[in-house]
Amino acid sequence: MTTRRISDHAVEQFVGRLLQIGVAISALVILVGGVMLLAHHGGEVPSFGTFAGEPEGLSTLAGILRGVGAGDARAIIQFGLVLLIATPILRVAFTWVAFFLQRDRVYVGVTTVVLALLLYGLLYGHA
Amino acid sequence: MTLLLFTILVFIGSLAAGLLGALTGLGGGLIIVPMLTLLFGVDLRYAIGASLVSIIATSSGAAAAYVREGYTNVRVGILLEVGTVIGALIGAALAGITPTNVLAILLGVVLLISAYRSSRPRAEHAVAREPDKWAARLRLDSTYPTANGKQAYAVTNVPGGLSLMFLAGILSALLGIGSGIVKVIAMDQMMRLPFKVSTTTSNFMIGVTAAASAGVYLHRGYIDPSIVLPVVLGVLAGALTGARILSRANVKWLRILFTTVVVIMAVQMLYKGILGNV
Repeated sequence: MTTRRISDHAVEQFVGRLLQIGVAISALVILVGGVMLLAHHGGEVPSFGTFAGEPEGLSTLAGILRGVGAGDARAIIQFGLVLLIATPILRVAFTWVAFFLQRDRVYVGVTTVVLALLLYGLLYGHA
Repeated sequence: MTLLLFTILVFIGSLAAGLLGALTGLGGGLIIVPMLTLLFGVDLRYAIGASLVSIIATSSGAAAAYVREGYTNVRVGILLEVGTVIGALIGAALAGITPTNVLAILLGVVLLISAYRSSRPRAEHAVAREPDKWAARLRLDSTYPTANGKQAYAVTNVPGGLSLMFLAGILSALLGIGSGIVKVIAMDQMMRLPFKVSTTTSNFMIGVTAAASAGVYLHRGYIDPSIVLPVVLGVLAGALTGARILSRANVKWLRILFTTVVVIMAVQMLYKGILGNV
């Protein structure tokens, strides 16, 4: 009982640190993309009041990666956002590993369900 | 307005929202959507997408601090996450077919409830002694640090908490908010967790819930990089600063200020929603 709590806590501390690093990296990527965006398009007048929806290159993982390869500022920001969305999913994945190491079958099952739903949302996204 | 000016102004607004949200414990995500739509004329769908992503940033960024204090109940969090994530995926699907004025009215109502609840003093209730059947089977009981050392607590009403979490997930995805208020009610009032455990476990869950619907919104084209840029960086900087100066700030007045802002925005959202002017 006691050992279970201690290892829960140790894992959580590690994962908490990991989350901070994840957020820092994604914020940095967003910042780089943002500086590039403003340098090239800062003078344009956008119309955010009308909803047009983002093009394929900014709304699918494949499109975003293609844009990053081409050095597109907007795609780099979106890539930073994908990293950001991935950080809590990574946290759940680590929780899964912790329950697995504790041989806690019930919670391995529960965490698997949560993880599967999250990955479905991120990869397919047609709820 | 040029993109540069828009970016600077939204950054300042988001910084203030993140700062006040962290200092008052209400969460900055609550006023991002009204700020973007009412002050900057951004379409409601883009605003909800940007708000959701900023919630993930603050939730993950704050997690490490909470974890160190040892309050989060990971078992409770991950179990209730089943409810919120299913709710979030359904909410994201509903968002596509819900008229924007209905969303505006719903957001106005949630803002008013949040403001009302935050203005009332909260009392630490007695912790439950006997866990219910489900809590015992799922080993949800735990301990948390208090001034008098570690105190044990039991958990009750798991089915009730789980259903309220499902609702929290739907609201979070529909409105781009953390639904922290619903999550805390579910854990604090229904499941009888100690207040500090409820708030930190809620923070753990908010990022995961938002991640579920953010993926769907990304694919649907609701997440615009030019809008998200100042919102995420502003809210994150504000929240981190807030967490750092929390002990030195006069929270009472800030809470009154923030609650007033929330009420004003709630009334405007309701007004626009009822006129169908969104």
